[in-house]
Amino acid sequence: MVDIPRGPTPPQIIPDTVPPDYMPPPAEVKEVELYHAHSWITKYVFCQDAKIIALQYAGTALAIGFVALVLSWLMRLQLGFPGLLAFIDVNVYYQFITIHGMVMVIYLITAIFLGGFGNYLIPLMLGARDMAFPYLNMLSYWVYLLAVLMLVASFFAPGGPTGAGWTLYPPQAILSGTPGGQQSGILLMLISLILFVAGFTMGGLNYVVTVLQGRTRGMTLMRMPLTVWGIFTATVMALLAFPALFVACVMMLFDRLLGTSFFMPSLVEMGQHLKYGGGSPILFQHLFWFFGHPEVYIVALPAFGIVSDLISTHARKNIFGYRMMVWAIIAIGALSFVVWAHHMYVSGMNPAFGFFFAVTTLIIAIPTAIKVYNWVLTLWRGNIHLTIPMLFAIGFIVTFVNGGLTGLFLGNVVVDVPLSDTMFVVAHFHMVMGVAPILVIFGAIYHWYPKITGRMMNEAMGQVHFWVTFAGAYLIFFPMHYLGLLGVPRRYYEMGETAFVPPSAHTLNEFITVMALIVGAAQILFVFNLLWSLRYGRDAGPNPWQATTLEWQTPQTPPGHGNWGKELPAVYRWAYDYSVPGAPEDFIPQNQPPQRAATQASLQPAPGE
Amino acid sequence: MKIVVLLLLIAVGSVLFHLVSPWYWTPIASNWEYIDHTITITFWITGVVFTAIVLFVAYCVYRFRYKPEQRAHYEPENRRLEGWLTLVTAIGVVAMLAPGLIVWHQFVTVPKDASAFEVVGQQWQWSYRYPGKDGKLGAADIKHITDENPLGLIAEDPHGQDDVIIQGDDLKVPLGKPVKVLLRSVDVLHDFYVPEFRSKMDMIPGMVTYFWFTPTRTGTFDVLCAELCGQGHAYMRSKVVVVPEAEFHAWLDQQPTFAQLQQTAPAKIRQAAK
Repeated sequence: MVDIPRGPTPPQIIPDTVPPDYMPPPAEVKEVELYHAHSWITKYVFCQDAKIIALQYAGTALAIGFVALVLSWLMRLQLGFPGLLAFIDVNVYYQFITIHGMVMVIYLITAIFLGGFGNYLIPLMLGARDMAFPYLNMLSYWVYLLAVLMLVASFFAPGGPTGAGWTLYPPQAILSGTPGGQQSGILLMLISLILFVAGFTMGGLNYVVTVLQGRTRGMTLMRMPLTVWGIFTATVMALLAFPALFVACVMMLFDRLLGTSFFMPSLVEMGQHLKYGGGSPILFQHLFWFFGHPEVYIVALPAFGIVSDLISTHARKNIFGYRMMVWAIIAIGALSFVVWAHHMYVSGMNPAFGFFFAVTTLIIAIPTAIKVYNWVLTLWRGNIHLTIPMLFAIGFIVTFVNGGLTGLFLGNVVVDVPLSDTMFVVAHFHMVMGVAPILVIFGAIYHWYPKITGRMMNEAMGQVHFWVTFAGAYLIFFPMHYLGLLGVPRRYYEMGETAFVPPSAHTLNEFITVMALIVGAAQILFVFNLLWSLRYGRDAGPNPWQATTLEWQTPQTPPGHGNWGKELPAVYRWAYDYSVPGAPEDFIPQNQPPQRAATQASLQPAPGE
Repeated sequence: MKIVVLLLLIAVGSVLFHLVSPWYWTPIASNWEYIDHTITITFWITGVVFTAIVLFVAYCVYRFRYKPEQRAHYEPENRRLEGWLTLVTAIGVVAMLAPGLIVWHQFVTVPKDASAFEVVGQQWQWSYRYPGKDGKLGAADIKHITDENPLGLIAEDPHGQDDVIIQGDDLKVPLGKPVKVLLRSVDVLHDFYVPEFRSKMDMIPGMVTYFWFTPTRTGTFDVLCAELCGQGHAYMRSKVVVVPEAEFHAWLDQQPTFAQLQQTAPAKIRQAAK
C-alpha cells in the first residue's frame, strides 16, 4: 500500500430501512501507482500532482493575462486619447492588439479553464487520486510555459512581436507591410502556437481519459457535476479543433521560411513581384476558423459548466433540467464544428455557403438558450445567497445573454454584412467570450479558493472587485456596439476624418477608455486579495459553501497528495441534492449513502486536521 | 439588494440608451434598406429577450434571496416547461433567420442589368476601373503589373484598351442604377467598405470577388478598408461620389482610356523621376 494520507475513519453506516445485516460494499481500494515526490523540486516545480499543475497553469495564465491587460490599457489610451503616449505608433498599436487578443483567447482563458480548473477539479470531482497520466500532465504544463515564454520573447526580438491581428491572416501576416512580418515576430508567434497545441494535447488526452476511466465507483456519467461535463466536452472539442490551427501554423511557417505557397498567391508587394504563386489565402481562413469557432465554445463550455455549479450551490437548489443541460453541452459542442465559416461571410468565399452557415449558426442558439433558461429557472424558488461567487454568476448571465443575443445579428448572414469588421464585432466577442467567461473564472476562484488554500478570500475586497468589474465591463462593451452600428471599423489606429462618424462618438471613445482603466485597476485589487487572503483569510473549513460535490468532501483541506484517504469515496447520488424535501439539511453530499446514514461528525472537520 | 437595483438599471438603461443615444447607423444610400429592416427586427426580438431575462433574474434575486427559515423548492426537471421554452426559442430564431435568408438571396443575386466596374486594392490605396465603350472590362492578371500598368491589364485583350482607370481620385457611380462591384487585390486582403451602402466584401489577391448595390441618393461618401492590411490600414481611404446618370456618363467620357495612358505614361514617369 502506498503512503496515502489517512483521513478520518468513515462512520459506520447503518441504514434504517434495509435489513440490519446489509453492509454497503466497501469503496474499492486498489494499489495506486502514483508518483510520490520526495524533494521540494519534484513536489512544487517538476510536479506530477494535478493540483499543483493546476496552480502552475493558473498562475502562468494569470501572469501573462496581466500583460494582455496592460496592452488593452495602452491600446484604449491610443483610441481614446490619440497621441497621448508618443511611443504608441501604428506598428506598436497593431502589435498590442495582436498580442492582447492571442493571449486572452489562448494563453489565458483556454489555459486557465482546461489546464487550471480542469486539472484541479476533474480528479477531485470524480473521486480520483490524480490524472490518468501524471507525467504527461507535468510535461503539458512545461510545454505550455515554453509556449508562453516564446510569445514573451517576441517582445524582445528585433522588430518586436507580430502585428498581424490575432487571426494572422496571410498574405499580410508574413509580408513587410505588417510589423514582425518579415522579422522574427511572426515566427515566434507560430512556433509558440505550435508548442501550445502540443502541450495542450498532452493535457487534453489526460483529461479525457481521466473522465472516461478514472471515475470512482458510483460516479456514472450522468452523475458528474456540470463543471466536469463542460470541461470534458471542451477538451474533446479542443483535441479535434487545435490540429487545424497546428497545420495552419506549420504551413504558414513553411510559406514564410521555405518559400512554399500554401496560402500565398502571386502578388506584387510595393511594386515588387514576389516569388509566391498558386496558394490560397482563404484556405488559411477555413483552417483558422475550423479551429477558431470551436475555440469560442472551448472557453464557453467550461464556463457554462462551472457557472451551473456556482448557481446551484449558492442558490441552494438543484440545477434545473440537468439532463437537458448535459445534452445541450454535447449538442453545442457538436454543432460548433459546422458553423466556422460564419466568420467569413464577407471573406469572398462562395456566397452560397452563407445559407448553410447562417442556418447552423442560428440553430446553435437553441441549445444555448436552453442553458440560459435553466440557469435562471434554477434561481426561481431558490434560497439565493448573494455570495461573491453568486454575484459573479449573475454577472455572467447578464453579459452572456447580451453577448449571445448580439451573436444573432452577426450569425444571420445578411445582417453581418454591414456589421462585420466593425466595432460591433469587437463589442460582441468581448462580451460573450471575454467578459462572460472571465466573470465565471473570477466566481470560480472565489468559490474554490477555500478548498485550494483552506482560507476564505476577503469579502470586502471581493465586493469592490465584483462591482467595478461587472458594471465597468458592461459600460465598456455595451455602448461599443453602437460605434460599430455607426460604421466605425475595428483595428483602426485612429479614425481620422469621416463624414459618418459624429464628433460625439469620440467622447464615447474617451469614456470607454476611462472605464477600461478603472476596470483594469480593479484586477490589481483582486490579485492583492489572492495574496492577502493566503495569510489573513478567514479559516474556511472543509466545506464552507455546504456543497454536495466530492471535492468538498476530501479528508484534508487543502486535499493532500492522492486526494482521498485510504478509501476512495463511493458516490450514491447526483451532484445536485440541494434542499431535498425531508432531509435535515439543505444539501446531501454525493458520497452520502441513501437513507441519511452518515453521522453529523463526518461533515465537520476531524479533530487535528 | 444592490444587485437587484443594478440589474434593473441595466435592463432599463440599455433600452433607453438604444432609444435616445445619438449613436445609430448612418443614413442609408443604397437599396439595402432590407438589411436595415432585418437588423431592426433582430433588435426587437433580442431586446425583448434580453430585458425579460434580466428582469426575471432581478425578480428572482429579490423574491428568493436567502432567508434562514426558507427552503429552496426541489424540482429537478419540468419537461413541459422545457419543451415550451424550446419551441418559443425556435420560433424566435426562425423569425430572424427567414427574412435574413431571403435578403441574403437578393444580396447574392446580381441583377442582369447591373453595370460592372472594378475596385483594386493595394497597400494602401484604391484604384478603380470602368469598362470603356465596349461595355466590357479587359482581362487582367497580377503577373502583368508594371509601373506603367499598375492594375496588370493584359495588353493583348482588346476589351481592355478602352478601359478607364482612375487612380488617386474619387470613384463615381450613377444614381439609381444597379452596379456590380468587382474586387481585386494585388497584395494582401483588403475590404471595400462604404458604410452608407451597407454592403462590403473582402478582396483577395488571386481572386475576383464581388457584390452589388443600387445607389439611392446623391452625395459623397467615405471609402474605407475594413480588412486589416498592415501599417497603413487606417489610412487607406478614398471617396465615392454618387451622381445623376447623365453627369456620370459625361464625366466618364472625359477620362483617358488605358490605351491613351499607355502612350503618355512613360513620359510622365520620366518626368516624375526628374
